[in-house]
Amino acid sequence: MQAYAEQIHRCFRCGYCKFTSDFTDFNCPSYSRFRLETYSTGGRLWLIWAWLKKEIDWSEHFAEIVFSCATCRNCVEQCPMGFSDNIVEWIVAARNDMIEKGFTLPKVRDFLNNISKHGNPWGIPRSKRDAWAEGVKRYRPGDEYLLYIGCVGSYEERGQRMAKNLAELLDKAEVSFGILGTEEDCDGNEVYMLGEMGLFQELANKNVQKFKELGVKKIVTLSPHAYNSMKNKYPRLGDFEAFHYTQLLLEMIGKGKIRLSELKAKVTYHDPCFLGRYNGVYDAPREILKRIPGIELIEMKRIRENSFCCGGGSGNIVMDLLGKSAQSPSRIRVREAYETGAEILAVACPSCMVMLDDAVKDEGLEGKITVKDIAELVNESTNRQ
Amino acid sequence: MRNLELEFDERLCATCSTYDCLVKCQYMKMDKDTAKAEMQKLIKGEDSFVLHECVTCYACEEYCKKGNHLFYLITDLQEKRGILPAPKPILKQWVNIGIPGRKDIQQFWDAKEPVISLCLFPEYVNSIQGKLFENVSIILGRYFFCQLVYLHFGKPSLIRERLPEIIENIARHGFKEVVFFHDECYSTFVSYAPAYGIKVPFRPVHFFEYLYNKLKEHEDEIKPLNIKVAYQRNCSSRLAPEKEHFVDKIFSLIGAERVARKYDRENALCCGGIIRGLQRYELFVDVQKRNVEDMFNAGAEYCVFNCPGCFSSLSEAVAKKGIKPIMMHDLCKLALGEKPTGWK
Amino acid sequence: MEVTGMDRIRKALAEIVGEEYVSDGKEELYIYSRDPGLMEPHEPDYVVMPKTTEEVQKIVQLANKEKIPIVPVGGSLSLSGLVIPHRGGIALDLKRMDRVLEVNEKSRYVVVEGGITCGKLKAYLDRHHPNLRYSIPDAPPSATVVGNIVIHGQGRLSQQYGFNSDMVTGLEVVLPTGEVCKIGSCSVSPYWFSLAPLPDLAGLFLGWFGTTGIITKLGLRLYPKKKLRDIEVFVVEDPNLVPDVIHRVTHTEMAEDMFVSAQPYPFMFKDVIMIGICLTGDSEEELEFKRRMVWDALRPHIDSKEGGFMMLTPDIKRELLEMPTRSTTRFADVMKGGGFEYCGPIIPVEKFPEAYKKLLELSSKYGITYGMTGRVIARGNCMMFAFGYPFNRADPDNIERTKKALHDSNLASLDIGGVPWKPEAPAQKMIMERMDKNTLELMKRIKKLLDPNGIMNPGNWEAR
Repeated sequence: MQAYAEQIHRCFRCGYCKFTSDFTDFNCPSYSRFRLETYSTGGRLWLIWAWLKKEIDWSEHFAEIVFSCATCRNCVEQCPMGFSDNIVEWIVAARNDMIEKGFTLPKVRDFLNNISKHGNPWGIPRSKRDAWAEGVKRYRPGDEYLLYIGCVGSYEERGQRMAKNLAELLDKAEVSFGILGTEEDCDGNEVYMLGEMGLFQELANKNVQKFKELGVKKIVTLSPHAYNSMKNKYPRLGDFEAFHYTQLLLEMIGKGKIRLSELKAKVTYHDPCFLGRYNGVYDAPREILKRIPGIELIEMKRIRENSFCCGGGSGNIVMDLLGKSAQSPSRIRVREAYETGAEILAVACPSCMVMLDDAVKDEGLEGKITVKDIAELVNESTNRQ
Repeated sequence: MRNLELEFDERLCATCSTYDCLVKCQYMKMDKDTAKAEMQKLIKGEDSFVLHECVTCYACEEYCKKGNHLFYLITDLQEKRGILPAPKPILKQWVNIGIPGRKDIQQFWDAKEPVISLCLFPEYVNSIQGKLFENVSIILGRYFFCQLVYLHFGKPSLIRERLPEIIENIARHGFKEVVFFHDECYSTFVSYAPAYGIKVPFRPVHFFEYLYNKLKEHEDEIKPLNIKVAYQRNCSSRLAPEKEHFVDKIFSLIGAERVARKYDRENALCCGGIIRGLQRYELFVDVQKRNVEDMFNAGAEYCVFNCPGCFSSLSEAVAKKGIKPIMMHDLCKLALGEKPTGWK
Repeated sequence: MEVTGMDRIRKALAEIVGEEYVSDGKEELYIYSRDPGLMEPHEPDYVVMPKTTEEVQKIVQLANKEKIPIVPVGGSLSLSGLVIPHRGGIALDLKRMDRVLEVNEKSRYVVVEGGITCGKLKAYLDRHHPNLRYSIPDAPPSATVVGNIVIHGQGRLSQQYGFNSDMVTGLEVVLPTGEVCKIGSCSVSPYWFSLAPLPDLAGLFLGWFGTTGIITKLGLRLYPKKKLRDIEVFVVEDPNLVPDVIHRVTHTEMAEDMFVSAQPYPFMFKDVIMIGICLTGDSEEELEFKRRMVWDALRPHIDSKEGGFMMLTPDIKRELLEMPTRSTTRFADVMKGGGFEYCGPIIPVEKFPEAYKKLLELSSKYGITYGMTGRVIARGNCMMFAFGYPFNRADPDNIERTKKALHDSNLASLDIGGVPWKPEAPAQKMIMERMDKNTLELMKRIKKLLDPNGIMNPGNWEAR
């Protein structure tokens, strides 16, 4: 982890990280929110180095700056330098360093403690984790897929709606699957991003152990966050494949297992950071939308690698360090979606769902644009037989 | 510097009835009498317009059916007489690019056969992946650069000066066989080195031989492409035409029809890159125009390249005419259902 | 100042721009105390981000009343420390004022706010007015258009049309005493098309580094954008040939941008000097005609074997033609150290060989590597010659040597008859020491007239 301390001075503060690839817009969520240079990636990196050199002291404001990065990866995408791939890792390493030294925000501390004690960042009892899942099959050894729901999908109302839709769809497609229910633990993606490596290892180990015991070979996740950690961080510990639900749904549609009827709507699609920039999955969700008869896909200006983060990453869905302003990333994004003329803003991530749905209300656009996830749209389309 | 002598036999020229080497030249117009006269001057080491007008396309190495080395003689004489085909700063850049360095070696200690040398083309590293390249090691850099390019700039002594070190750098790994991505590297070791008595302790394998054998291994996975292709035959192909048959074998295996056109095989035209580097702009434009129009008129959908240098200098003109430029190995990937690197 | 005094100012600023856009946090003060170059940092007392001219005006009026220094901040990318608050005070980050206000296609001008980035303006024109372009500099896209103008920057169209500051058609300025002023045709007419034929008041604000006022709006010339763009690179070994190469090519009037570069690494660039000649055209014929004119102009140098056109791969062309060029920014990572700074004087073209010789001397003397770039201006009337040195932020010894090299480069620039461009405060002093006494007096008088309380970016253009 100390490697970051030896490299972080290489940032030139050129500012490419603030933008989209064609410079049309600012594309860094924290910089868009605050506009002070300290909240751009370059400012953040310089401040971390200053802290390492003891040129500045720890303060709550410093912590806010460090933890308000949503780890959306736009900077990695845009930075022209040879070290660009490492930028988010540096910030994560710095957070790890700080946490180990006992420095963090109360919000972050609570987030992590809740996950450690209750398996979710809100501190809601574990026993409630499957409250949404009445009638949904529990995973038994021999089932093809473990459907992994995640914290937002389990405990948050709109996430739960997504989970229900997906479970229903997988049933309709006669997929062999099951959920872990109250046995499910947090996947740890945000824990990793917040730099709490000890807790992350614990969660990863526990999960992988569980998967091994149950003989799980394939996992399909509701959330791209879980997809990211299981696909990229877990495999060093276990031998299984991870998929995001849009990939599985597309496969089922292709095989004719899901029949789609007409669903007339103007839809725009928001690429989630952990599906898009982190894992290069841009086409599967769009393919699904294109296959639903009647759906007109209208793209926003900022899509694919240039997608503008909803601001929910790195625990912000709970900690809300980027909120409380018309310049909150989620509100900026909803305005952008609305401008396309679309009636539906399609998402593929429960965190995006919550952030953007809240933003629609804050923007006063209820009834004018609705946030729906891909599973819900597909389900709606199948229900119209 | 070892004084390596060119194994040129003037008696072969004395008994030659055709002087094809110079008569067939596509860039200097000569009848047999003129060719004979100029040949005498060259043999005697005297000045000749050939030394000044040669565009360094290497073709005369192939035209001579007696295995004499006119082109190597020309380059040696150019150097001896201080004739510079290209301006000095251009030459300087090339001399600098090819300085055999020591720094690359550490990275490649683990390289094991099958090993492919990518010479000075790091931009192709990402294209060496997929079914055709499983378990392959790559070596690249100035450390392994064949140096042959100095034939274009009238500085062949630099090749001979650096080549022994290059050969040792490769041999040091203990390789028995090395696949050469760049045709020019292959030709250096099978044609140029022997012509100067330089021993090569490993077996050079042409990239196309490697590709063909690999395609055969995956023969049942090949879906014939059913396309018409033009083949851009590069200059160094002339130095080792015995491996040429692999081009047609590969095409036949992957379902590519090599269109019958004027500027193919022995009649191939220089891609124009070096001609431009020699500052002969009008000739460069003319040569590219004729070549591409020829491909177009013959109905080619793709132009398949052997050499990354040709690809750099000719791909734009090819693409502008609506023909898709593609490297041979990328075409092979297409036939296996793989996406060539960089294609969306 | 007492704590309550500071709180009062902070409160007043918050009332003007809103609590969200004022900060006196240690972290903001740290970042706004410095730029990515090597000048010594100095913290401001506040960082403020206004959104409108009215807000800027109120802040200036407050500063005047309280005698607090103000430093206008754009992209902070001059690298000469021109945004460092040498006497503390208010760092005024203008980047929230980033709208395109008007594009007049027929008369080819654009009106923008004072904090718009070069990137945003380029993207806007690309998307909405694809037949128009502006003279974009090589700085990263986060540099501001006004910032670049205000330091007499140069861009891709400077070889044809002069310094970027020559392309100004109008200004809106907030004077140090708080009045808002319009400069140019826009002061008389609704159109921002020209400074002439009025007395040229823009000169009071261009090149003054904010010491005479804050530019809140800019009218800028736009130029025809052709469909095709290509590049030729001519290489020579002998620096003495460079002025003639430039002279010949500029005579043809066929080129767009013309730049010179030399660096010891990578090996392809070692020992030679490269002259980039960009060409534009609406058709292949136009492009080829221009290319042939340029080749013909340089035939004598080709025939003598002293110069030649490089063979460029599509990848290299793309990199050289990019706007802005990423490679300029990447120079900062040459030492894996996060920085570079350059002394880039404007010199007569015929002084190139002397400047080049000096650069090699200084690089060798201080044991640091270099990157030389230069840009031809106004058909070879002059050029920018950059003594560029990458440095490692984490290596104090390297930083010391780089600073010395920069100091000597500034002196050398003046010695050969050039004038340092966007000079750091010490280099400004060098310039003023050599300046005509009456000229210097005139500068002092103007500054005093416009900024009687001396609050505007103090420490800059301060004559003894």
